Amino acid sequence: MNTVIFRTVVPWIAAIMIVFSVFVLLRGHNEPGGGFIGGLIAASAIAIYGIGGSVDEVRRAMKVDPLAIAGFGVVLAGASGLLSAFTGEPFMTSQWLFFTFADADVALSTPMFFDIGVYFVVFGTIAAVALALEEPEDEA
Amino acid sequence: MQDHLDFTIVFVALAPFLAGFVAPLVQRFVGAASGWVLAIVPAGIFVFLLGFIAPVASGEVVTASLPWIPDYGISLSFLIDGLSLTFALLISGIGTVIVVYSGGYLKGHVHQGRFMSFILMFMGSMLGAVLADDMIVLFVFWELTTITSFLLIGFDHAREAARRAAIQALVVTGGGGLVLLAGLVMLHIWSIDASQETGTWLLSDMRENGELLRQSALYMPILLMVLVGAFTKSAQFPFQFWLPNAMEAPTPVSAFLHSATMVKAGVYLLMRMNPLLGGTDIWMALLTVFGGITLLWGATLALRQTDLKQMLAQTTVASLGLLVLLVGQGTEYAIAGACLYLIAHAAYKGGLFLVAGLIDHGTGTREITELGGLMKLMPLTFAAAVLGGISMAGLPLTLGFLAKEEMYLGFSEAGGLLPYAVMAVAVLGNALMMAVGLAIAIVPFFGGLTHTPHHVHEGPVSMSAGPLLMGLVALAGGISVGWLGENFLSPIAHAVSGHEFHAHLKLVPDFTALPVYVSILTWALGVFFFWRLTEIRTGLKALLDAVGWTFDKIFDALMWGLVRGANALTQVLHHGRLELYLVIVFVGFALAVGMPMLVHGGWPEIGAMPDLTFYEWGVIAIALIGLGAVLAARTRLVAIASLGIQGFAVALIFMLFGAPDLSFTQFMVEVLSVVILALVMTRLYLDRRDRRVPYEMVRDGSLAILCGAAISVLLLTILQYPLDMRLTELFAATSVPIAHGHNVVNVILVDYRGLDTFGEISVVMTAGIAIFALIRMRGGGKQTGIGARKPQGREVNRRTAS
Repeated sequence: MNTVIFRTVVPWIAAIMIVFSVFVLLRGHNEPGGGFIGGLIAASAIAIYGIGGSVDEVRRAMKVDPLAIAGFGVVLAGASGLLSAFTGEPFMTSQWLFFTFADADVALSTPMFFDIGVYFVVFGTIAAVALALEEPEDEA
Repeated sequence: MQDHLDFTIVFVALAPFLAGFVAPLVQRFVGAASGWVLAIVPAGIFVFLLGFIAPVASGEVVTASLPWIPDYGISLSFLIDGLSLTFALLISGIGTVIVVYSGGYLKGHVHQGRFMSFILMFMGSMLGAVLADDMIVLFVFWELTTITSFLLIGFDHAREAARRAAIQALVVTGGGGLVLLAGLVMLHIWSIDASQETGTWLLSDMRENGELLRQSALYMPILLMVLVGAFTKSAQFPFQFWLPNAMEAPTPVSAFLHSATMVKAGVYLLMRMNPLLGGTDIWMALLTVFGGITLLWGATLALRQTDLKQMLAQTTVASLGLLVLLVGQGTEYAIAGACLYLIAHAAYKGGLFLVAGLIDHGTGTREITELGGLMKLMPLTFAAAVLGGISMAGLPLTLGFLAKEEMYLGFSEAGGLLPYAVMAVAVLGNALMMAVGLAIAIVPFFGGLTHTPHHVHEGPVSMSAGPLLMGLVALAGGISVGWLGENFLSPIAHAVSGHEFHAHLKLVPDFTALPVYVSILTWALGVFFFWRLTEIRTGLKALLDAVGWTFDKIFDALMWGLVRGANALTQVLHHGRLELYLVIVFVGFALAVGMPMLVHGGWPEIGAMPDLTFYEWGVIAIALIGLGAVLAARTRLVAIASLGIQGFAVALIFMLFGAPDLSFTQFMVEVLSVVILALVMTRLYLDRRDRRVPYEMVRDGSLAILCGAAISVLLLTILQYPLDMRLTELFAATSVPIAHGHNVVNVILVDYRGLDTFGEISVVMTAGIAIFALIRMRGGGKQTGIGARKPQGREVNRRTAS
């Protein structure tokens, strides 16, 4: 596994997978995709990066502890549900905001942020588990 | 009658919590002076509450209510009448003194800010509990006092004794609180039955219907549960043991919670419930017996102690017993005596605790046998001790005296043998307490100066002002009897007894009536006990040593049994053998899926084989090849990867039948499962090969077939019935117009059923944390806390792996 070629290209593979995962995440509301799948793709990217490179390298590249990302996801998902409190509607009633920005129709919505929260949870949790497993035991 | 003052009186209970949040910050900026700064909050509440004295004395009841859980009729309802106002004034008034005192007492302590925060939050809880009208609100604040008390007793958490005392108090009073909750809920249920309507949670709505309740079948259970709640909180026999142990807390806490306010919550509850539950024979019998035992028990044990705080703690137990006994009598005079005693006790006992703290602070010891001759060196402390001592002894001009007169009057007015017997108990208890009071006011201050750990010095003004003030209040209360009677006694007695009451307090005792002579007898006995204190102490000690067991030991034994029992149960359920867990899980799964079909029949009819296209056959072939490869695999890694093949085939099926999201997810899950399983294998040092013995092969194989068969049959059965398409149609029809999404699966996940998803991602993260922790633990990381095992190197690994 640890060939020079693999070691060299693995950051690129991971980067492309992450970009793709974001794409999958954002198209999810209208096309196949969504936060769960996106999170799984991104987590796979991290797992592969960890196998090809070193776990330390991955952790440095991620900057933030994966479990913290997962925690942020839960908070984000919960907070997006709370937004409906401002309009006096029950928890998690979806709120939509449509506007035009630079000739593109933009739809901002609480379900989208909720989905992004799901993405972070799945991504963070599985990445944390995978990295912990990939780490050499004496360093853990 | 009613005067709505929404929000302001709600704020009385909430303001201390807000102050509690900022207390650590305040402490950081102003240091020890934080006592003076933070005392603004309780002082403000005190002054605010003073404004209610006049309206309440004229018979008004002030209420405020905010909706809380309207569906269940629960509201944040508060009520100010004579009873709650007196308690609230005591809490905020003494609270002011305590907060100032704590500023000096804990000066320089690392966690002074935290302490201030706890004290203020306790005060908020206590105020909430006494002002609450809604029973659920009462319960919530009641338990909050338990929790803050736990935090405060265990404040010095580095000491084992403090931790133990904190847990003990939490178990006893928290457990009692839960029983109380059951009682309150039953009371609500009764109110539904009685009114034939929705019922009520408000105590004020029920108090008119006490007669109905007392005849109801629910009366006994409700009474017993409320009594357990009150007795645990107010340290009545047989729950009295937690209170002396709670003296592990810093002295201001002992003075505030465990003498002046929190332990009185039980007495408060009894008084509050008196119009509803009181007046029956059983009420009187239970309260008199348990109150009487507690009184004598505490007063006797107080004489045995040599630690100032312990002496005070035991007399507090005794005083609480006396209060319960008095409430149980139910006569006007007894109630009035209880109300007076309540105020007097809060003032002088709180003050004496603070004196004990001053002595401890100034000399470094609280052992009464090691103290002496402090009068000249600690004059202010001495003055405070004398003021407290004469109130405790119940000498004329003090509140304590009036209280005693009133209660004796109650007994003698009632007439008959029984009241006189109860009076004898009260006299004995009062005399014993008086002896303790004299000991505390005299022994440390007279005689020759003893050698003490610290160089003797008077405390700062923040510490000596409080106890002096409280001693003066106990005295001034006695002198201003007329005002006190009109503004406090009548309103409280009215609230407690449920009918009009006119105070008749006089400063000069009536020498033609019995009570004065009973008081004189009490003093004589008290002086006698004080004179023979050393002998009594030695005798009691020998007696108690001879008995050998204490309630404390029984509590320990119970707790030990509980922990051992839990441990044994855990050993059975949580044995750590992974294969057994899995067998149980899968057997349970097969049963859950298969049993309903076995029991109710409903086997599916096997229909004709549908026409499959060649690529569908291809997918099935891939799945079968994958399965065959799993069975044929020689190493575990190959088996895991082969299982992935089968999973891919399933994903393809999803794809073919128009579920791209599902298929997509299935692919990712398969990939990650294989990767993670492979990583786990390398980390667990599993054998490369599967070394199951034939018996295990048969067991696991048949389980697998059973589960697979059950699921297959279930799916076939489901296909027999027409699919209910209503939800599908609803989602499909509404997903674009109202949820603005074309991908129905995603819309369901993040919008229609968002709350489910929210629950699921929380589970995912929690599971992730658990897995992470397990991996870290295996890695030889620090193992501490519950279940920690001494690291045994590879031994541990092998056990888990097998």
